[in-house]
Amino acid sequence: KLCICCICLGLYNNKNRKEKRKTKMASGQQWVLVEMVQAFYEAPAYHLILEGILILWIIRLLFSKTYKLQETNKLTEKEKEELIEEWQPDPLVPLVSKDHPSLSYDIVTGPPSHKIIINGKECINFASFNFLGLLDNDRVKQKALTSLKTYGVGTCGPRGFYGTFDVHLELESRLAKFMKTEEAIIYSYGFATIASAIPAYSKRGDIVFVDEAACFSIQKGLQASRSVIKYFKHNDMEDLDRLLKEQQLEDHKNPRKAKVTRRFIVVEGLYMNTADICPLPELVKMKYKYKVRIFLEESLSFGVLGEHGRGVTEHFGVNIDDIDLISANMENAIASIGGFCCGRSFVIDHQRLSGQGYCFSASLPPMLAAAAIEALDIMEEDPDIFTVLREKCTSVYHALQGTSGLKLVGVPLSPSLHLQLERSSGSRDTDQRTLRRIVDYVSLREVALTIARYLEKEERYLPPPTIRVLVTVEQTDEEIQKAVSCIKEAALAVIS
Amino acid sequence: MVRTSTMVLNGNLTVQMNQTILQNRKQRKNGHVNGEKRTNFPAAKGVSCRQYSPESFEQAPMYVAVLTYLGFGIVTLFGYFRDFLRAVGLEKCHLAQEREEQKEFVPMYQDFENFYTRNLYMRVRDNWNRPICSLPGPAFDLMERVSDDYNWTFRLTGKTIENVINMGSYNYLGFAENNEDFLKTVADKTLQYGVGVCSSRQEVGNLSSHEELERLVADFLGVESAMTFGMGFATNSMNIPALVSKGCLILSDELNHTSLILGARLSGATIRVFKHNNMHSLEKMLRDAVCSGQPRTHRPWRKILIMVEGIYSMEGSVARLPEIVALKKKYKAYLYLDEAHSIGAVGPTGRGVTELFRLNPADVDVMMGTFTKSFGAAGGYIAGNKELVNYLRSHSHSAVYATAMCPPVVEQIIRAMKCIMGVDGNTVGIQRIRQLAENTRYFRSRLKEMGFIIYGNDSSPVVPILLYMPGKVVAFSRAMLARKIGVVVVGFPATPITEARARFCLSAAHTRAMLDKVGRAPGAHARTRAEYMSTRAKCMNTHATYMSTHTSLTHTKYIDAKYIVTHTTCINKHIQCIDKHSSFTHTTR
Repeated sequence: KLCICCICLGLYNNKNRKEKRKTKMASGQQWVLVEMVQAFYEAPAYHLILEGILILWIIRLLFSKTYKLQETNKLTEKEKEELIEEWQPDPLVPLVSKDHPSLSYDIVTGPPSHKIIINGKECINFASFNFLGLLDNDRVKQKALTSLKTYGVGTCGPRGFYGTFDVHLELESRLAKFMKTEEAIIYSYGFATIASAIPAYSKRGDIVFVDEAACFSIQKGLQASRSVIKYFKHNDMEDLDRLLKEQQLEDHKNPRKAKVTRRFIVVEGLYMNTADICPLPELVKMKYKYKVRIFLEESLSFGVLGEHGRGVTEHFGVNIDDIDLISANMENAIASIGGFCCGRSFVIDHQRLSGQGYCFSASLPPMLAAAAIEALDIMEEDPDIFTVLREKCTSVYHALQGTSGLKLVGVPLSPSLHLQLERSSGSRDTDQRTLRRIVDYVSLREVALTIARYLEKEERYLPPPTIRVLVTVEQTDEEIQKAVSCIKEAALAVIS
Repeated sequence: MVRTSTMVLNGNLTVQMNQTILQNRKQRKNGHVNGEKRTNFPAAKGVSCRQYSPESFEQAPMYVAVLTYLGFGIVTLFGYFRDFLRAVGLEKCHLAQEREEQKEFVPMYQDFENFYTRNLYMRVRDNWNRPICSLPGPAFDLMERVSDDYNWTFRLTGKTIENVINMGSYNYLGFAENNEDFLKTVADKTLQYGVGVCSSRQEVGNLSSHEELERLVADFLGVESAMTFGMGFATNSMNIPALVSKGCLILSDELNHTSLILGARLSGATIRVFKHNNMHSLEKMLRDAVCSGQPRTHRPWRKILIMVEGIYSMEGSVARLPEIVALKKKYKAYLYLDEAHSIGAVGPTGRGVTELFRLNPADVDVMMGTFTKSFGAAGGYIAGNKELVNYLRSHSHSAVYATAMCPPVVEQIIRAMKCIMGVDGNTVGIQRIRQLAENTRYFRSRLKEMGFIIYGNDSSPVVPILLYMPGKVVAFSRAMLARKIGVVVVGFPATPITEARARFCLSAAHTRAMLDKVGRAPGAHARTRAEYMSTRAKCMNTHATYMSTHTSLTHTKYIDAKYIVTHTTCINKHIQCIDKHSSFTHTTR
């Protein structure tokens, strides 16, 4: 329609122009306007009417919606019904094949302490994070039992709503005292501790520098924080320095934004995935150089490293106040359940209103808190336990060197070591199966090991498949020897 | 039987909702001749009234909202004033300060983030985190604490306030108990196993008792399979990411718990929020989602997951499950039902909201619940068909990275669940469920009689009573404590700004005497209102009779002296009545 009109108009204008040109030629160019008015008077009525109609038509064209785009796009009810009828969603979960390696769990009957019964076979336990052997400790059990008799099991409420027990307050002050910090806060689940703590401080727009090897709960905390995340190479201070310098340049460009962008470094004391210790003194230097805060995850190093088991700060002799936040779980060395964060009140107190896992979850069952208090008592009374653990770790570390086909990953002080295939077959599944065969082989000889499990698709940097070797103070020298020789034997048998 | 009742229900819903979704179905199922249909409805309505025992969300009068805003306005103004005083050094700031060495760092908190904490929360902080030093049973002992610096710090006096009636804990079935006979198995497990596990489920933390518990949970819920986790909050936040991901859509009720929201956010799926328990809103979103697909690309959604809770812990409302299930089926969405507060607490045998509505548990794709509340333990479960649970066993974040549930807690859940199920013929469990229902009914009706505005479903043991004004909330909590009753109060930001409330959680362990005491305590406050209400009601009645006389008189066509006299007295009385009414309105509230 529009086209036809345009053509009409064009023709008409042309005609007009021709007429005008004639008059122009006749009486000179400066009189154009006058001529037009004149022409208007002179024009016949039908001409004016036609022109008027055309003008109105153009106005209509300009202001009316020519194409009713939305109307044509809008689905009719019938079409909608058809779409609803047609749509086939994916199944809620994909089918897991029966032989999926992580579908069938090993079944443990009886307590997983010094000896463990896996799938009906009693073994020496090299697979539990029970570093100090406190799981089986009678004093801890008795304390838990006494607590059970007073408080029952559950707390039936979050901390805010009558879920704060005297035991919780005691445990918090004891942890703060043990770590020599101002304040501590406890969570009811180890995993939720750092995963709640990070998003309590780091918000959208803030920047977090994280070690690539950071464990899964840190990754989840970072994801929940929605901050900008920058990964640096594992324990590589130069790489971190590079990233911080880049950030500094960025800040110079936009100082207003830099003024409100909080920055954090998140590292682990003793890495879960690599059994390495973080270079804390250098990190502290970086902290003051670039004005970045440090969050330290000490789930493995708490109760392990340092003369009194205070973790990696004590190990390096770093002032604990230089670390903004320390988080650890009580599920490894303490052998209870839950986790805690400690640091200065200025930092920690904020979590009491902003730590999601703290505010919105039921509090830790009092008997578990009481058990943790007793475990702290034992650790304080007998710091030798840490020396014993260190000796065992070192001896296992040295003994496992030179296992054919297997590479030992970690530092001598770590009670949680990894055995990795020296030469990977290239396929993760095959490697896993090889390692599994080794685990099965040693379990026949009454040594319990386990494969380190990861969610392969979810991990940011997936560690290579490994076998965990966990050292505890309960393991005797003979047992360690036996385990080591078993592992070597298995490696020979399976890999070659 | 179950089928038919849902059918009737479905038919009736359409009428209630006046909506198209089930129109076809209705015609098919209720599609008789018109006359018959009409006779059908009252019956159907009867069923539905029992099923959806009415949920009330009474609106507060306008002036209450105005006063509430005014209250908040005043404290905020004071806050600014005190911030000013602090800035010029006239008032001491008690808040912990940044270290000198780190003063030049980017501030840890933005100033406005802490405004609320510093100026509003700090004044009333004594109402939360009250420490207790006994079993969280029907009554507990509170540790007395005082503050010498207006709530900035607390000091425990060493004294205890004994026998405070506990209306705050989620101890619905009274399994928070320390009776040694009941806890014998738990004590045995503690001695045998200790309290930890020191490994994750996938490594060497899978104890045989975990497997036993999971079978029991599946049995209890009437589903194929179940998996349990160490923390209720994490059950949501660590498993939802395993179920949905990018390209999926989550439709989430606006009042869903933080753990659900966190899980949804971590999953990477698109999240849309529908109005609380509003089926129009939900259906519109479902329809839009299926018809227009993902934004921009218009690819169809991979799957749609509806997330709702059984009982909403702050409202006391119950999810409109039959309608949700119907919608879910129509639009082929999946349903994630969080029964944290409803499992054990509702339904004739404590099986939660599916049982309350007599639905088939298989209609709910993901049944989630916690053990913290009704079972007096800790942790959570996810139950459903075998495929779902198998997938979670291999892909749940919790199974791989988190320490397994501790053995004494497992034993407590097993014990409580067996008791509820009446294994070995005991009737303690079922009695407790009945007692809870009875307590709920009694307490709710008691509060209603007193004229309080209470929210929620008649069968929900969570009873929020609306207090509105911020000052009142705090005064209420303190006054109740003075009468040795522990209640939970919540206000902004946990609730909308004008809906601050106190919450009572009923328990089977509460005795009638306790509930009466609790009922009496706010009585002084309530009486005036109740009186007003009853007078108002009387007034209205009189008014109505007058009106009817009046109309009947007008209709008789003879206008005689008698009529005029009656008419005048009538109008006079009417005016008196209105006067009385308005004087009441102005003074007594």
